[in-house]
Amino acid sequence: MSTNWALKIESLGKIHGIPDLRSLEDTGPEKGTAKSALTGSIVAAWDVSFEVAPGEALGVIGESGSGKSTVMRCIAGDQGSTTGAVRLRTVHDGHMNVLDLDPSSRRHLRVADLSVVYQDPAEGLRLNVTAGGNIAEALTAAGWRHFGRIRDRAAELLDRTEVPLSRMDDLVGTFSGGMRQRVQLAKALANEPPVILLDEPTTGLDASIAAGVLDLIRNLLEETGVAAVVVSHDFAVIEMLTTRCVVMNHGRIVESGLTDRLLEDPHHPYSQKLVGAARA
Amino acid sequence: MNTPLLQEILGNASRTDTNLDGSSSFKAQTLNFGLLDEYSKREIRRAILTAVAVPGYQVPFGSREMPVARGWGSGGLQISLAIVGPDDVVKVIDQGDDEGVNAVNLRRLIVSSTGIPESTTPEDSTLIQTRHRIPEDPLDARHTLVLQVPVPEPLRGVERDMRELARMHAEADYARMWVSLYEDKVRNGVITRTTGYPCLVNSRYVIATTPIPRWDIPRLHQSEFLSLFGAGREKRIYAVPPHTDVEPLTFEDVPFEVEKTPGAKCRNCASNNTFLVEVLATDVRQSYWVCSDSDWCRRHRELSDSSSQGLMT
Repeated sequence: MSTNWALKIESLGKIHGIPDLRSLEDTGPEKGTAKSALTGSIVAAWDVSFEVAPGEALGVIGESGSGKSTVMRCIAGDQGSTTGAVRLRTVHDGHMNVLDLDPSSRRHLRVADLSVVYQDPAEGLRLNVTAGGNIAEALTAAGWRHFGRIRDRAAELLDRTEVPLSRMDDLVGTFSGGMRQRVQLAKALANEPPVILLDEPTTGLDASIAAGVLDLIRNLLEETGVAAVVVSHDFAVIEMLTTRCVVMNHGRIVESGLTDRLLEDPHHPYSQKLVGAARA
Repeated sequence: MNTPLLQEILGNASRTDTNLDGSSSFKAQTLNFGLLDEYSKREIRRAILTAVAVPGYQVPFGSREMPVARGWGSGGLQISLAIVGPDDVVKVIDQGDDEGVNAVNLRRLIVSSTGIPESTTPEDSTLIQTRHRIPEDPLDARHTLVLQVPVPEPLRGVERDMRELARMHAEADYARMWVSLYEDKVRNGVITRTTGYPCLVNSRYVIATTPIPRWDIPRLHQSEFLSLFGAGREKRIYAVPPHTDVEPLTFEDVPFEVEKTPGAKCRNCASNNTFLVEVLATDVRQSYWVCSDSDWCRRHRELSDSSSQGLMT
């Protein structure tokens, strides 16, 4: 597992405000805060490291403000990071730190190397474009220029994510929340990326709809062999989708391990509190 | 409009200044060749050089106030006046017509401020300023085509944020342009975009083709002549140099087609292989077709008249 990774994160750190390393001394789980009283900076994430193998799903769990979304946004390139390295197997066989790429090349990774599914479908989709058109955007960005083949591929993807084909040519803005999320999944998978990041993919959906979307995600992850990072505050989601996970608290990883083990026997007091809350 | 009259209108005519002692001195001021001052010409020429060097790239330039309103050809006029020389012969058309009001006025302005001859035939012209057409006659290396552009930004329809537009052009990220074509085809079964069809220039930048009809698009591809596009209101100049690829954006399985109405031919010259426009007859409840290029039509009418006369004798 140490060499066979698709995505590798090394000591990723993000400090909002002055990137003064003294901020690290009075922040973190032991201090119970991410905001440094000394420098006024916020240590949103620090020393975050993990790797994900092809076909594996890794969970990142923590409460609101624990830094899990910051980590995801730093990997995706939606946000700059202060320090660390993000490596993708498809970029120079992992020898390149993608954080060093210029913004243009960085954005280009999102075409076929790295996909993101956001909690809010409006972030990943254009609501004033049809479902098929949204997928066409991903395909044309990757150089598809054949109308018939674009149509076929879009239909195939929507079928796989269980969106009725009769709605393929309707504007995504007219879709329900659950269906939008399915379209977002279809778009994210359009160019068969080796890595996919899922940020709270079912938060905000009704319980019954969320269960259906979760089921779909689990099947897709199994079928495609994509390496996935699932960010969530919900242990049920992490339990269903991932085999390994890390627990974040006040910007740091406090515990990591197999999801089963972590749920049965959490070591860190914060993990125990989280699991206790989920099991209550 | 003759030159002194023009000078009077522009407030630049000979002017009498009163000195402090009550005497007056006469200060003669004449218009510069081509109306624009030399600094303005230099600014515009520099933009043109950049535009030619980077085909299809929209170069921002310091658009001047002109004696025509912005949106009435001020961009094309500035290019024409910045590049015109004493040896040029100018032709100006509006939708193919040399006698359009706007074309006549722009031509008079160029002629009166330079003293160069004017013509309606491309054969005799070197500088052709046009609104939304390319003359039917084949143009060659002698010709410079100056197109008046209302909206230079081809991506305006899909994005309004200027910074995002700049990024999309910089990264050649035209996926959303393709999505708009995809959606058009899905909704209508065909790509309905008729005029100003988006084209990829030199395999790099997408440009708005002024709106010239689809008919004229293939003639920009690997052309013998230089095409300069000027948008005065939007302060942009771009260019298609000679021997440059201009490819209309279209899907591999959806061929690009030019306008064609089966059976239509020009009422005046009987041509059916030119760009025809439909004219509604006022007295009868019907319409007829005429050539959009009025000069071409006139010459071909005379040609067929004389040849039919020749047959009779």
